[in-house]
Amino acid sequence: MVALNRYMVNVVIENKPLIRDPEGETILRDLMIKNGATYVKKVRTAKLLELEVEAENEEHAKKITDAMCNDLRIFNPVVSLCKITVTSGNK
Amino acid sequence: MKIAVTVFPGSNCDRDTLHILKNILKVDADLVWHKEPDLDRYDAAILPGGFSYGDYLRGGVIAAFSPVMKQVKDMARSGKPVLGICNGFQILVEAGLLPGALMTNISLKFVCRWTKLKIESRKTAFTNLCETGSILNMPIAHHQGRFFVGEEELKKLIDSEQVIFSYVDDAGVKTKEANPNGSLQNIAGVCNEEGNVVGLMPHPERSSEPELSPYLSGDGLLIFRSMLNQLKRA
Repeated sequence: MVALNRYMVNVVIENKPLIRDPEGETILRDLMIKNGATYVKKVRTAKLLELEVEAENEEHAKKITDAMCNDLRIFNPVVSLCKITVTSGNK
Repeated sequence: MKIAVTVFPGSNCDRDTLHILKNILKVDADLVWHKEPDLDRYDAAILPGGFSYGDYLRGGVIAAFSPVMKQVKDMARSGKPVLGICNGFQILVEAGLLPGALMTNISLKFVCRWTKLKIESRKTAFTNLCETGSILNMPIAHHQGRFFVGEEELKKLIDSEQVIFSYVDDAGVKTKEANPNGSLQNIAGVCNEEGNVVGLMPHPERSSEPELSPYLSGDGLLIFRSMLNQLKRA
């Protein structure tokens, strides 16, 4: 039996590039630009899920998280993208 | 004839819907808890509005995995009428029974107001008593109602007459001002290819009695009467 390790996995759900993000637009326009941060040219918001995942290795952690995100519709594929990053392992 | 009105944790329009069915239309109907494993005895299902599971992650997505949704999918596949109102529409989309996505309103605000809805097609189980092109008064109350689909899917929806309701102005024109949430092409409701599954963001149950309408109309009742008409014909 393969020993399982615990990994920190970040799942970032964000709108596809061509889908408008009114929250990001408002933060840019009404907070940043209006208060002088004119060097910021674009803001996109996203939702972050921090998971602790038991898996055999980093690659396995990413693979099962990816499958789970698709199976459970963690993101709506019509409008969103899901970026998965394994940030650390805890053996 | 018996209608199921599903209830999820956080549903809040279930009793209004039941009231219209039982007290106004005098139809046999039950509230059905989301853990219900068997809907065989029902001829149609209505998923009411509300905030199932607090809209966590995304409106409707957690409820879409409730046990009762397996039964709702079976009903949809067998051709029985299935209606999703507001959060119910979101649940049907997340369950894959209707196309598209319902995103946060473009204004980022919860919008609660009366809208004018144009009937784009009467081919569905819930619009067969409506006139195509007619305008119904119905209220909306939602934060995630901005309908979106990709370009190819939109063309398919239009070609196959799956766009059923659009937000319009008094003259029946799809203007930007008449669009309360930024929905693509002012789309307020769609159906599946067969026309037995329909979802819409506006609330027909809140506009089925003249006493509740500033227009003194009961326009929403047409949606429920169309369902009964469909069941009688079947």
